[in-house]
Amino acid sequence: MVDITNQSLNDIIENIKTKKISSTDLTKAYINNIQSAKKLNAFVTTTFDHALDKAKQFDNKPNFDQLLPGIPLAVKDLFCTENIKTTAGSNILNNFIPSYESTVTKNLWNNGSFLLGKLNCDEFAMGSSNETSYYGNVINPVGDQLVPGGSSGGSSSALAADLTPATIGTDTGGSIRQPASFTGTVGLKPTYGLCSRWGIVAFASSLDQAGPMTKTIKDCAIMLESMSGFDEKDSTSINKKKEQYSKNLKDNIKGLKIGIPKEYRVDNMPKEIDELWEKGKKILKDLGAQLIDISLPHTKYALPTYYIVAPAEASSNLARYDGVRYGYRSKQGKDLIEMYEKTRSEGFGDEVKRRILIGTYVLSSGYYDAYYLKAQKVRQLIKKDFDDSFTKIDAILTPSTPSSAFKIGEKTNDPVSMYLNDIFTVPVNLAGIPALSLPAGVDKQGYPLGLQLIGKALDEQKILNIGYAIEKNCRFKNKIKRWWL
Amino acid sequence: MSKEKFDYFIKGDKGKYEVVIGLEVHAQVLSKSKLFSGSSTKFGADPNNQVSLIDSAFPGMLPVINEECIKQAVRTGLGLNAKINNYSVFDRKNYFYADLPQGYQISQYKHPIVGEGKVLLDMPYGSKEIGIERLHLEQDAGKSIHDMDPTNTYVDLNRSGIALMEIVSKPDLRSPDEVNAYIKKLRSIMRYLGTCDGNMQEGSLRADVNVSVRKEGDKNFGTRCEIKNVNSIKFMQMAIEYEATRQVELIENGKEIDQETRLFDTKKNETRSMRSKEDAHDYRYFPDPDLLPLKLEQKLIDELKKSLPELPDKKKERFMKEYGLNAYEANVLVSEKEISDYYEEVAKLSDKKLAATWMMGDLFAMLNDKGLDISKSPISTKHFAELVQSIKSGEISGRIAKEVFEIMLETGDNPKKIIESKGLKQQSDPKELEKMINEILSKNKDKVDQYKSGKDKLFGFFVGQVMKSSGGKANPQLTNEILKKLLKG
Repeated sequence: MVDITNQSLNDIIENIKTKKISSTDLTKAYINNIQSAKKLNAFVTTTFDHALDKAKQFDNKPNFDQLLPGIPLAVKDLFCTENIKTTAGSNILNNFIPSYESTVTKNLWNNGSFLLGKLNCDEFAMGSSNETSYYGNVINPVGDQLVPGGSSGGSSSALAADLTPATIGTDTGGSIRQPASFTGTVGLKPTYGLCSRWGIVAFASSLDQAGPMTKTIKDCAIMLESMSGFDEKDSTSINKKKEQYSKNLKDNIKGLKIGIPKEYRVDNMPKEIDELWEKGKKILKDLGAQLIDISLPHTKYALPTYYIVAPAEASSNLARYDGVRYGYRSKQGKDLIEMYEKTRSEGFGDEVKRRILIGTYVLSSGYYDAYYLKAQKVRQLIKKDFDDSFTKIDAILTPSTPSSAFKIGEKTNDPVSMYLNDIFTVPVNLAGIPALSLPAGVDKQGYPLGLQLIGKALDEQKILNIGYAIEKNCRFKNKIKRWWL
Repeated sequence: MSKEKFDYFIKGDKGKYEVVIGLEVHAQVLSKSKLFSGSSTKFGADPNNQVSLIDSAFPGMLPVINEECIKQAVRTGLGLNAKINNYSVFDRKNYFYADLPQGYQISQYKHPIVGEGKVLLDMPYGSKEIGIERLHLEQDAGKSIHDMDPTNTYVDLNRSGIALMEIVSKPDLRSPDEVNAYIKKLRSIMRYLGTCDGNMQEGSLRADVNVSVRKEGDKNFGTRCEIKNVNSIKFMQMAIEYEATRQVELIENGKEIDQETRLFDTKKNETRSMRSKEDAHDYRYFPDPDLLPLKLEQKLIDELKKSLPELPDKKKERFMKEYGLNAYEANVLVSEKEISDYYEEVAKLSDKKLAATWMMGDLFAMLNDKGLDISKSPISTKHFAELVQSIKSGEISGRIAKEVFEIMLETGDNPKKIIESKGLKQQSDPKELEKMINEILSKNKDKVDQYKSGKDKLFGFFVGQVMKSSGGKANPQLTNEILKKLLKG
């Protein structure tokens, strides 16, 4: 029997539509894969019975006009799912079962898919290696010692290991693109406001965006189309007509102007990253695109800016986890203050505590102007850098990360080095613009490397098209052997 | 009206002290649903029955501004003659408390929706303008209930997320009386506008009171203390008196006043320190990233302005001009919209001046007695106007009118019917009266002689006799005239 699970989402949908496979058989194949991949620790919760029920329902009354007909999907455990435990990778939500469904997952289900399980992630999406999760670190299917990236590490791992045909993550500073890059998969962070944040456990509200993680660009277009859309329950949601990204996908990029920012050539960057970037440029040039050197002068301030803005918002967003209404509550504690202290000490992990402390500090009176206010000003300058550039160019090409996947434990005691991993992805979140990472090569150890395409606000179609062209021409093939079996 | 002089000072051994007061009034916005969620705002529901996922801050929940609350704040701002800001920002005020589900209150800090404005007070010593510093919108917190269980605190989130307007005055108030007038005026304006019901018992209107004192004539302000969350005018006045006296005593004893937050203990009638400046919360305000800055179109503001009702100050002017009322009468009759409506209906059908007198006298006394709002008055405007007209036309005297009024209350009948059926009509036929008076005089010849020989006081006796024999119905004015004429002769 052909293993359908290593096919692209688009091919699987074709097989479902042509009745070559039933939703039930497809679901069983993934359940089988998941059950034999426990070593990867990609799942926090599985919902096999629910998935099989839904698959059966689909097979009994199939609707092939949907975008995701009868497709089982696992999603990051940051999306609230009705009556299914949602942990955000934290002990403090270990017993939390929402009574509601996030808008993004609801959109996916409305397009014909259903939930296969909830994927591990860094605690409250704070991390770049999936090592801060209360539910243990996730392993990259590329190698048994490697991190899958983070914070959407369970998502990237499950996708690359064929445990789900596609998935979704959230990206606050690179949490979709970096894990995609580390696992040889495609990940897109949409324009801020394209996907509703309603029902997603918040990390940093002004930066958080949900997005697709897939094996191919076409899959990415299908998923983005399925999950995005205006939501009146999110005041920052953009009210615009829905795009048909997959139908409008084109690989003709002739004449497009691609910006190459000089600030993304950082010190001590591995030669392989540079070579990958050159490879990307060459493909684009060969396809008739025009390369233009640009400058984004405030890029160097992006990381410090991010590590003020994101923790500041997080310190406030996470205040609601106080043990009063839901989630973990410490049994100790003589009074209210002690109950808070014990609950939050026991409920949160170290990285989350670190960021709450940083965030509380930068918002404190006397420090607010020097840190938070200044960071907001710099954020505007970073955004302006991009705005200015996009008057002259169509998109920007950069590497996705300054390195390939690193080893488990390699950076856990060095938060700053861990934070540096987000150096190429963070500016995009601060500017609120879309960017995708697609696999384009490997380093000398054979670990995947990603290229990042950045577009102006709401230009998802354009960067998908450029990615589609690169994908066709660089012929990257993920060579993951199922070593965990 | 005679003008009194302002005279509220705390007297110390070393001189007189002026009391400087500023108020932060928290007024609950009249709206069906909460500021950022669709939950109902109705008072008195069972605990935790009006709480959405947003109000209880579940993971991933997001606030969405309730447009009606914004309009209500703008209307209130316009009613306070204030600047409406086209650009305002919602901020998070961060602190931990069991009845604050989000761990922050969404409020407005640097960019409030309403800027500077003013309120006019009518004081016995003339009118006084009180500056408004700002008005901003914010969420209310829930309620912690500590006395239901010996070891646990219960939390009711029905109030959590309800929209409040915080109206901050300038430190322009100088006495408990001015505070009384100011709160009443604010309440009246908001009730006219329909933006706050002003119900202090239900907590729809509460205030933080800032008090400082300074020697009479001093230009600089003294150190202030803030008395938190006082929920009645009487308590505000008591707290101010206590606090001002406490501060004067400290100054006179050469002690410093600590800038601090204090609580008013209504049972002991004293203020107590709650937290000092050093312990003040660091609220870590920052713009709420879940909400975009609020941009109001001038068109909307203009439309709201056009649709505002006539407010008490304007109405007072009109009442004085249109109905010939004096300032005092007009003031009283415009204090509540319902009162002014009642008056205008009565005035349409009867003598305007007499209607005012009788409303402010017998009608108010009766309503007060029965603890009724004018909207619940057992006497309709139509009946009341008939009564006023009967007095005006001389059909009945004022004294009889009081009797009729009582019967109206009991039976709900119209005054005409009562007057006729009870035969209460005033005797105003001069011939009949003269005949009756002549009879009385001839029966009391001795008294007439005494009167004529200079005993003026006996005039009252004759009037009494006339009233007695007419059953109180003799027209008093006519009686006087005829008596005088006949006794002269």
